[in-house]
Amino acid sequence: MKNRISWRVATVTAARWETSSARTLVLDVPDWPGHLPGQHIDVRLTAEDGYSAQRSYSIASAWSAEAGSPDAGTVELTVQRLDDGEVSPYLTDVVEPGDRIELRGPVGGWFVWREKQTAPVLLIAGGSGVVPLMSMIRARGLARGRQPFRLIYSVRTPEDAAYADELRRRVREDPGLDVHFVYTRKTPDGWPAPPKRIDVATINSHGWPPDFQPDCYVCGPTAFVETAADILVALGHDPKRVRTERFGGA
Amino acid sequence: MGIISRGFGGRRREPQPGLPPGQYLTHDFPVLSAGPTPRIPLDKWNFSIVTETGEKHSWNWAEFTALPAEEFTVDIHCVTKWSKFGTTWKGVALDTLFEDVESAADYTMAHSYGGYTTNVPLDDLLDGKAWVVYEFDGEPLHPEHGGPARLIVPHLYFWKSAKWVNGLQMLNDDEPGFWETGGYHMYGDPWREQRYQGD
Amino acid sequence: MMELDGNALAGDLREVFATDMTGAVFTCAGCAHTGVLATLRVWQPAPGLVGRCPHCTDVVLRLVRTPTRVFLTLTGATRLELPLEP
Repeated sequence: MKNRISWRVATVTAARWETSSARTLVLDVPDWPGHLPGQHIDVRLTAEDGYSAQRSYSIASAWSAEAGSPDAGTVELTVQRLDDGEVSPYLTDVVEPGDRIELRGPVGGWFVWREKQTAPVLLIAGGSGVVPLMSMIRARGLARGRQPFRLIYSVRTPEDAAYADELRRRVREDPGLDVHFVYTRKTPDGWPAPPKRIDVATINSHGWPPDFQPDCYVCGPTAFVETAADILVALGHDPKRVRTERFGGA
Repeated sequence: MGIISRGFGGRRREPQPGLPPGQYLTHDFPVLSAGPTPRIPLDKWNFSIVTETGEKHSWNWAEFTALPAEEFTVDIHCVTKWSKFGTTWKGVALDTLFEDVESAADYTMAHSYGGYTTNVPLDDLLDGKAWVVYEFDGEPLHPEHGGPARLIVPHLYFWKSAKWVNGLQMLNDDEPGFWETGGYHMYGDPWREQRYQGD
Repeated sequence: MMELDGNALAGDLREVFATDMTGAVFTCAGCAHTGVLATLRVWQPAPGLVGRCPHCTDVVLRLVRTPTRVFLTLTGATRLELPLEP
């Protein structure tokens, strides 16, 4: 029997930087029910005078369906610092292991990937929109899934790519996973093309043909998501198989 | 209230005497919006007052800006808990707009480009209590802040000060507007902290 | 001001309903478009969450959260369709 959910208190057990402005917080959440990749956690901060602010963050980590197993998983958020933000700079620059955070989750059930989905998967990430898609890649790895996965990951510069080492390792170790980077401002040395934005050619070359009926997940800033989703539909993908999530942040 | 987040301050704000209960003072001007920002060319802009009998009084931009205008400075209080002191506006007092309007109705519904509505009793619009403004801080009112023209009813929560306003409908009975239908208070007095229905 | 989508409604709706609502299919009262609530357009910040139809931008739902209550206004939807659990 499912229940309504409410706010609970978690403890930050570890933190690490993914880029110079994105930080992962590892959370210990008592009685965590597990989560699906793509789900969120709402975080609520409260100042001493009672002022409070709330934001939603995608979960970056995977959780095994076999709850209770030793490798059940972790609860991790990756937070991108927005300089004029109110909540994100606190989570990236102030919070330390041992601090407690009030949260509500997991929430969301549409922008999620389930292990029982057998179709090939195309993930398209703009900036920190990679977070929920990384959770999908990790969930597939944890479940030793065989569904073919492709990630197209658009970043401004190579230094802005979160999880770069892990993605490289997974491409070697997770059979059937491909990753293609798009650099919009600066490419790595020796990159065969100048910086560019994601376009029809990118998705045509590095996605799946519509005939394969892939499940597509697009996450990023609003304009990025609309561009990518429009291209997918124009290429002939079934709009019902294109799931999108727009984020703002702050 | 939840647990205190160690070291969390949040946006710059000051609790201050002289503020309505539960409000914080802010020095910037947050932009709140529940939809796309309408862009209304001035040659298409129109403002009208429609009485309960259907009689319509209407002004285009040239007629409206030719009316006697007032510059005034007021404090504003948003239901999302920020207040801002000393905001300066220029516009037409509702007293001026109602000069030739014959009506026995006690209530109004403000209507805006983009479909927004909010209800205000007529008494709260008259006697120098409300304006339709087209300048903020000496500049034409930016579309994000409700330009070309917005209602300003400073003694009520700021959601009553409809952005992109284009008319007032006179009503015999009070009816809820956009946020009032959604759970906010019918009247919205910040000094009595009338935020939600039942407050 | 920023434009999000209905995925941002998940937490507040999940506090009211015992199941996820972002996958529920709405029918817009304005234009009869159907889609899942996750695809609504949501603007912030505002005194509440406003979900607009991605097709006609009419308001489909409003969600206002007070310290003690949630108001969910669904005048812009003629129908919500939810799957039953198998």
